[in-house]
Amino acid sequence: MLTYTIRRLLTAIPTLIFISLIIFLLLDMAPGDPTAQLPLTIPPEVREQIRQSLGLGEPVHIRYLLWLKQMMWSEPMYYLSQSTGWFDPPEAARLISWQTRAPVMDTIFERLPQTLKVVGLSYIVGVLIALPIGIISAYKQYSVFDQAGTFVSMIGFSIPPFFSGVLMIILFTVMMPNDSFFWFPSIYDTTLVVDSWENFGKQVRQMVLPVMVLALQTTAQISRFMRASMLDNLNQDYVRTARAKGMTESVVVLKHVLRNSMIPVITVIALGIPSIFGGAIITEQIFKVNGIGQFLIVSIQASDVPSVQTLTFIFAVLIVLFNLIADILYGVLDPRIRYD
Amino acid sequence: MPDGAQPVLDVRDLKTVFKVRGGEVHAVNNVSFNLKPGELLGVVGESGSGKSVTMMSLLGLLPTPPADVQNGTVTFDGQDLLSVDPETLRTVRGGKIGFVFQDPMTSLNPVYNVGMQIMEPLRKHMGMTKKEATVRAKELLELVGIPDAERRLKDYPHQFSGGMRQRVMIAIALACDPKVLIADEPTTALDVTIQAQILELMKDLQERLGMAVIWITHDLGVVAGIADRVLVMYGGQIVEQSPTRELFKNPQHPYTRALLKTVPRVSGGREARLAIIEGQPPILGAQPTACPFRDRCDVAFDRCSQENPPRYAVGAGHDAACFYDANTGAPRDA
Repeated sequence: MLTYTIRRLLTAIPTLIFISLIIFLLLDMAPGDPTAQLPLTIPPEVREQIRQSLGLGEPVHIRYLLWLKQMMWSEPMYYLSQSTGWFDPPEAARLISWQTRAPVMDTIFERLPQTLKVVGLSYIVGVLIALPIGIISAYKQYSVFDQAGTFVSMIGFSIPPFFSGVLMIILFTVMMPNDSFFWFPSIYDTTLVVDSWENFGKQVRQMVLPVMVLALQTTAQISRFMRASMLDNLNQDYVRTARAKGMTESVVVLKHVLRNSMIPVITVIALGIPSIFGGAIITEQIFKVNGIGQFLIVSIQASDVPSVQTLTFIFAVLIVLFNLIADILYGVLDPRIRYD
Repeated sequence: MPDGAQPVLDVRDLKTVFKVRGGEVHAVNNVSFNLKPGELLGVVGESGSGKSVTMMSLLGLLPTPPADVQNGTVTFDGQDLLSVDPETLRTVRGGKIGFVFQDPMTSLNPVYNVGMQIMEPLRKHMGMTKKEATVRAKELLELVGIPDAERRLKDYPHQFSGGMRQRVMIAIALACDPKVLIADEPTTALDVTIQAQILELMKDLQERLGMAVIWITHDLGVVAGIADRVLVMYGGQIVEQSPTRELFKNPQHPYTRALLKTVPRVSGGREARLAIIEGQPPILGAQPTACPFRDRCDVAFDRCSQENPPRYAVGAGHDAACFYDANTGAPRDA
């Protein structure tokens, strides 16, 4: 398993470099001008000088290699020196956003907690709700519970967050009386510092609506998957064997069937984690969550190539990483799979 | 085995119906039989004759729905297994009645090692600690002839061959010293040499451990080799019951006779074709009111399509459900 992991990690390096090249070339080919959002009064010569100062005068391969050096060398060295203090930060310039003139990585680390809190929590909530629903739905197939679960997940699948999000705002912010327990804010306040129980309560309340909207989607997908996987296993011969051994139904279902059913579901859950870091572009917009998704969309609108390139590359790294984690988990859960 | 000994298992009027789309399938129709201590009872019949369903009904192992055990009593240890509470039934399953299934490739849980799967019933029914159960599991693997037992406890089912997996299944079934072992076509999925090994093993274990065995098969050769007594099933009913030697010497039911004719012989001239029984076994949509075999029977007459024949005693421990008396070659009077 260890050799397998190391081999996979090593092969990931050329893969990721190739991915970064593709992203860079795609962004280079995309229309858009980093100076487009600047005031129209700026004369063309000055605009051209701005472009030159951003490095746009260099040929594409030079720009790519420069980005690669900054991303792979300067940034890690900077953070290493910051966190350990063993040496001075490198002289080389950091990756700077064209739009904000701030280091891209600093902005990402600033935005990430918001996204992880809201999107990550909703993923956890969604999975934790989905698994029992899937198990019970399969065990009591065609029961009222199963039918209700099917209906709810159909809703979760088919209603996009830009509709359900707005619906939640209308229901729980606009129509709900302000003093009601069920009133929730529609705007996520990023500046809120949790330093007291009262603020903690506020933080929880402002997370409720976006988490509900996003968890509905996760629940719909994972519970369907869990149900199908349980159904595949409930009729297997080994389940009959377990019953013939005199095992109780809870042992039969939660030990024998569940472990087998979790194998494909764990993979799907692990593969879904990178999308948490990608943020929820639409939901973050609706609830004004100052997260990664919102950062990405603003950077795209401003043709802020370094930010978009870096964010996209980080997503690619996470996807490759969680693919590997999913494969390893698969091997851990299923003894029939051995990578050595 | 002393005749007239108290049976360990006594089944009366068992009836199992499957509710399916657009109707019912009457899979087991008023089956009655018993099993004496230390006896090896063979149950034969073609696919769909209700052999497996009968045995699974005894222990409530059929999924409900669609299955529904509608009638009957199954007396075991002074209790009716069809009416006891689920917890008591679970102590019987695996604890007092062991079950070996047909396909060893799928009957073991692929994600747990075989040691854990053998120890599960030991810990539940015998209240053993993990240590005691490990020792016993190792003994069991040795008992069923798996070499290097201690190490193999940690192996997963996919690391065993088909025959070895079936040995593991037998070890699981034997784990708690059951009084009765039900083997549902345990050799069907195995190749012939492995079949012979498993048969030998089972016969040996049965004699050593003194348990009663119900052996479901559709292989008459297997029955002739190991069974003390045979039940022949057709259309969810027992059509003939007889001591093994008697059955092969003097078959009474036309179905049994036809079955015996289909067994290919090694000696003698080569026939052009294997003997077959024409037609298909019936799928019964309701309680049969006529003999289920009449359409394929070569001696059927009017009465066969009007009444379902009861089981007539035709000899010592031998009965057949047929209106036609094979000894006299004429219809019975009664």
